[in-house]
Amino acid sequence: MIKELICIICPMGCHLQIEMDDMKNINLVTGNSCPRGEKYACKELIHPERILTSTVRIEGAIHPMLPVMTDKAVAKDKMFDVMKKLKEVRIKAPVKYEDIIIENVCDTGANIIASRSMDKYEKL
Amino acid sequence: MVNIDVAVIGGGSAGMAAALSAKENGVENILILEQGNELGGILQQCIHNGFGLQVYNEELTGPSFAQKLIDEVNNNNIDYRLETTVISITKDKQITYVNEKEGYVSVKAKSIILACGCYERNRGAISIPGVRVKGIYTAGEAQKLLNIENILVGKRVFILGSGDIGLIMARRMMLEGAKVLGVAEIMPYSNGLMRNIVQCLKDFDIPLYLSHTIIDVQGKEHVEKITIGKVDKNKKLIKGTEKDFWVDTLLLAVGLIPETSLTQTAGIQLDAHTKGPLVNDRFETTVPGIYACGNALHVHDLVDFVTMESKLVGRFVAEDILSYTTTPNLINVFPLEGVNYVLPQRLNKDVKEKVTFYFRVNKPYKESKVEFLDGDRVIKSVKKKYMLPANMERITLKKDEINNISFDLKVRVSEI
Repeated sequence: MIKELICIICPMGCHLQIEMDDMKNINLVTGNSCPRGEKYACKELIHPERILTSTVRIEGAIHPMLPVMTDKAVAKDKMFDVMKKLKEVRIKAPVKYEDIIIENVCDTGANIIASRSMDKYEKL
Repeated sequence: MVNIDVAVIGGGSAGMAAALSAKENGVENILILEQGNELGGILQQCIHNGFGLQVYNEELTGPSFAQKLIDEVNNNNIDYRLETTVISITKDKQITYVNEKEGYVSVKAKSIILACGCYERNRGAISIPGVRVKGIYTAGEAQKLLNIENILVGKRVFILGSGDIGLIMARRMMLEGAKVLGVAEIMPYSNGLMRNIVQCLKDFDIPLYLSHTIIDVQGKEHVEKITIGKVDKNKKLIKGTEKDFWVDTLLLAVGLIPETSLTQTAGIQLDAHTKGPLVNDRFETTVPGIYACGNALHVHDLVDFVTMESKLVGRFVAEDILSYTTTPNLINVFPLEGVNYVLPQRLNKDVKEKVTFYFRVNKPYKESKVEFLDGDRVIKSVKKKYMLPANMERITLKKDEINNISFDLKVRVSEI
């Protein structure tokens, strides 16, 4: 089986062809201009991961939403599960940058952390 | 009237970085004037990550990047005003601003730094045909509404423009439960990073229509249908390629333009290519003592480059305040074939240090060379493996290389 990917490591954007056997082992990567392409292909085909960024509701802060992110990459197919979880969250100001909002979100091993600080805010 | 040393207009990444660097280089009396209700500028709504690798050696979100600069501004006790709008600046560096607390205020500065960012091109700017209906937003407006205000502007979305803002918003709207039916790009290549093509479009099976543009918008009060069509190399519609999409929202990500409304009252000259002020090697505009940096000067790809450029400008401003020397003899810098613009557009006859030139190519180039010419003489030639219009290129010339120039400096790109 041959899979195709575009390498995203640098602006070249090499078109990679990856030969896999039935056990999903990678036999050969072609189309890459450097060794980084091969490494990217292996990672992306076997266990693709993404950092997820979004927002959660916050009360008593300058804005109604607090920007958050996973503190490490999570499996790509878990992204919508994590998004669903974030919809349930309600927190109160103040929050400090990098505070943990949800631990081990959806059993991904990653925490949801605050992307910024938000103090208590009262509009004069 | 209150006297200050440096007034910085805009409290985003450019303004904060410039102010911090001016302070670090010995200026005490600095004032940042910011229109929003907090510092950080547009970074606060750019909640995705990918920022910071050059400046902080770590991958940050927009708000995280802003947080680091805001903390530094506060730690250095740099004065700022929020919810403050600058109404005018003059040639002799008088600034008039308004806010609720102080009312109408005029201050006099030794130097002014324009760091007020850029604005988005809208429907009028690209003359999209069709009816005038609700449901058409610039990508940045939709981003602010969603990420700051928690308002999802639509459920079935089409996006025009494949720059990074359009791609980022495609993913963001999908994650929040909207359906993005496609992204159209009038050029035969995308203007976004490959990483964003993969992680914002391919991850969500959103089709990208290259060499396509919007040829009609239909609906009664709200957008109901848009039509796209394929264009030839002269950007003329190819008949029979029309395709309809039933959508409730159209997002426009069709380019950014430096915000220059304040330059008029001061009589600052603009560059037709960058649409920002014309500057010399010290980022001084055509009005002595008024400088520009960040997206207010020319639109950057990365906030890291905005920050690095603005730190440089903060230092120049500090040095010029301490010992200002005018050099009336200027060398002009021109873009030639293959180059859309080059900045700075002018050089002092006697530069004090190396100068980094920023430029953009006019189409994708593989295996090519960038040449700097003094008259017909090539003074520097740099080989490049790959260049895209979406990527701002930077090449540095040494002090000696510049101080030996006898005519003009011109920059051209050609394939090898």
